[in-house]
Amino acid sequence: MSALFAIFVFPGFLFLSFLGTAVEYIDRKLYARMQNRIGPPWFQPYADLIKLAAKEDLIPEEANPTMFKIMPVIAMTAVLTAFLHIPLWNSTPLIALDGSVVIIVYLLTIPTLTFFLGGWHSASLYSMIGAVRALTQLFAYEVPLLLSILAPALLAHTWSISEMSEFYSKNPLYALTNSIGFIVAMIALQGKLERIPFDMPEAETEIVGGTFTEYSGRLLAMFRLAIDMETVVGASLIAAVFLPFGLHFGPAVGFALYLVKILGILLLLALLRTVTARLRIEQMVIFCWKYLAPAALIQILLSLTLNWIVK
Amino acid sequence: MAKVTIPIGPQHPALKEPECFIVTLDGERISHMDMRLGYNHRGVEKACEARTYVQDIYLIERVCGICSHSHSTCFVQAVEEIAGLQIPPRATYIRTLVAELERIHSHLLWLGVAGHEIGFDTLLMYTWRDREAVMDIFAALTGNRVNYGMNTLGGVRRDFTKEQLAEVLKVVDICEERTKYYIEVCTQEPTLINRLTGVGTLSHEDAMRLGTVGPTGRASAVDKDVRRDDPYLAYKDLSFKVIIDNHNDVFGRAVVRVLELMESYKLIREIIAKMPDGPVTVKAPRKIQAGEAFSRYEAPRGEDTHYVKANGTDKPERVRVRAPTMANLQSVAKMLENNNLADVPIAIAAIDPCFSCTDRMIGIRRGRGTGNSMRWDDLRNYGVKWYRKQGIDFTDLNRKLAKKQE
Repeated sequence: MSALFAIFVFPGFLFLSFLGTAVEYIDRKLYARMQNRIGPPWFQPYADLIKLAAKEDLIPEEANPTMFKIMPVIAMTAVLTAFLHIPLWNSTPLIALDGSVVIIVYLLTIPTLTFFLGGWHSASLYSMIGAVRALTQLFAYEVPLLLSILAPALLAHTWSISEMSEFYSKNPLYALTNSIGFIVAMIALQGKLERIPFDMPEAETEIVGGTFTEYSGRLLAMFRLAIDMETVVGASLIAAVFLPFGLHFGPAVGFALYLVKILGILLLLALLRTVTARLRIEQMVIFCWKYLAPAALIQILLSLTLNWIVK
Repeated sequence: MAKVTIPIGPQHPALKEPECFIVTLDGERISHMDMRLGYNHRGVEKACEARTYVQDIYLIERVCGICSHSHSTCFVQAVEEIAGLQIPPRATYIRTLVAELERIHSHLLWLGVAGHEIGFDTLLMYTWRDREAVMDIFAALTGNRVNYGMNTLGGVRRDFTKEQLAEVLKVVDICEERTKYYIEVCTQEPTLINRLTGVGTLSHEDAMRLGTVGPTGRASAVDKDVRRDDPYLAYKDLSFKVIIDNHNDVFGRAVVRVLELMESYKLIREIIAKMPDGPVTVKAPRKIQAGEAFSRYEAPRGEDTHYVKANGTDKPERVRVRAPTMANLQSVAKMLENNNLADVPIAIAAIDPCFSCTDRMIGIRRGRGTGNSMRWDDLRNYGVKWYRKQGIDFTDLNRKLAKKQE
């Protein structure tokens, strides 16, 4: 019973979707304020979701209905599962496994794959181009993201995210050495979430709705909720790996600190989105492999050197 | 991925008006592009022939929503030339003032649209906010934000007071400061520069050959500006620089436009300083003597030309409008050769297209003038038959509908 409660209510599905919509609102509001707009009211994400859920699901005749319908569900499930592995206000996540870092990164790749498959199976030209772009992008940001998370893991001598948090909260100064990795991870996360400047898979002025062109109604609502959740999960992952501070002050303070960390990360993501224009797909691949991946490698080198010195 | 053909338009988020660009892609690269015009034909030219000259001014003003003053001034100039009207100097200065204000709001609008096309919505929000200042001053000066209704045969319909002109100067100061900031953004923001440089390249030779006009041409070093080459209104007495750039790409077109904004601010200050006193209109005859005239005007988007033929009645015999987009549209296909799909929206937007101004209908008659002409009822019957052949029959539905209405 308590397991079901954990999966569906707290810190599972309900909590995550609530946090996801709240984060979407804050992101949109920040984006709007930075653009000199008023921005949406607080209930806008819920209104959007309710409106979408009330609409008819249209499935294109040419599309593969099973794949088309199942992809949003898989995206949401994968994100939720990843969330259960991440420690939030202390260093123990709901599911603590050895090698949870690898599991989380793997689970976070699945939503992008579902975007690709969903777009591909929509059998629409715009979706297909969007799908191909989503996959191309995946190869560009995924490696820098993994490398940037690898460096702190090397420093902590563990593949378990809870042990990593434990290690860094005991030696907070070590966490400061990971700042290059932090920047790389933030930019890669922006790519993972397909936000400006990396929103080529759904660039509306080029390919209409990109991968989601043919999606409507509940299925689109699910995809959007999955993306909102992914934002929270990605931010939580970065908070757990790069900002493991204040984990020993009890649940109340810890939780407040967790929210502050998420908001800080969100602010940076929104700022990046405000001040940049959309890149072209090949510009993004070049940027990721030329600058982001080497930066992550430098971080790894730094960690290895530090390990060698401390030993 | 094999070669795919994707339609951009007639309904597409990148296009503000219906227009169809059929793009053949090889991966992300464009191998061929085809254009279809004619989704927005309104028959303005023909409608002009059925209205009097004064009524035509209102119709012509609505050819374009952005350069409404350009079209009406261009038309009025042609009619005044036929009628031999000399308009008072104060009227020419007021027309010039409105023309330059229009250039400011058009270029600011373009900058925002260009930002939106490359996913830089912040630029869109900023420029359109500043454009509001110009729109508001238009509302204060003329009573309208878009179709100002300033022109009439023989002058302008409203005079501006000293206080109003002082307000204009204030707005110009605000806009000038903001434009300096945009010049900085356009020339220094790395993602913006990455997306604009080398995109939609149009060499000087191609620009000359395809007859591009306005900022599109001037960004390819085509040194043409009707304001200087064939001065109309008050431009003869005013000093300004024609902005030329040799980047040949979208970046160059952006630079030309933002620098032209700075010239417009200078021009407005000069116009207000030199504004002569006197009446703003002379009486124009209702019937215009027979004759024809061709009028040129540098609209914000490029050279706009109107041809008017009068036959001695109060209605024109023929009005021909050539909007600047018509001259520039041909160059889009050339610009997009070997570009990426991602660059299609910005390359199209870079000519600042206005498709509804451009759309004309051409009827092709087979043989010796015995064309296939159809009456409205025949056309309707043809449509009903055609759909019935496809298996779509509306007869029952129509009958039910008719019954309901009874």
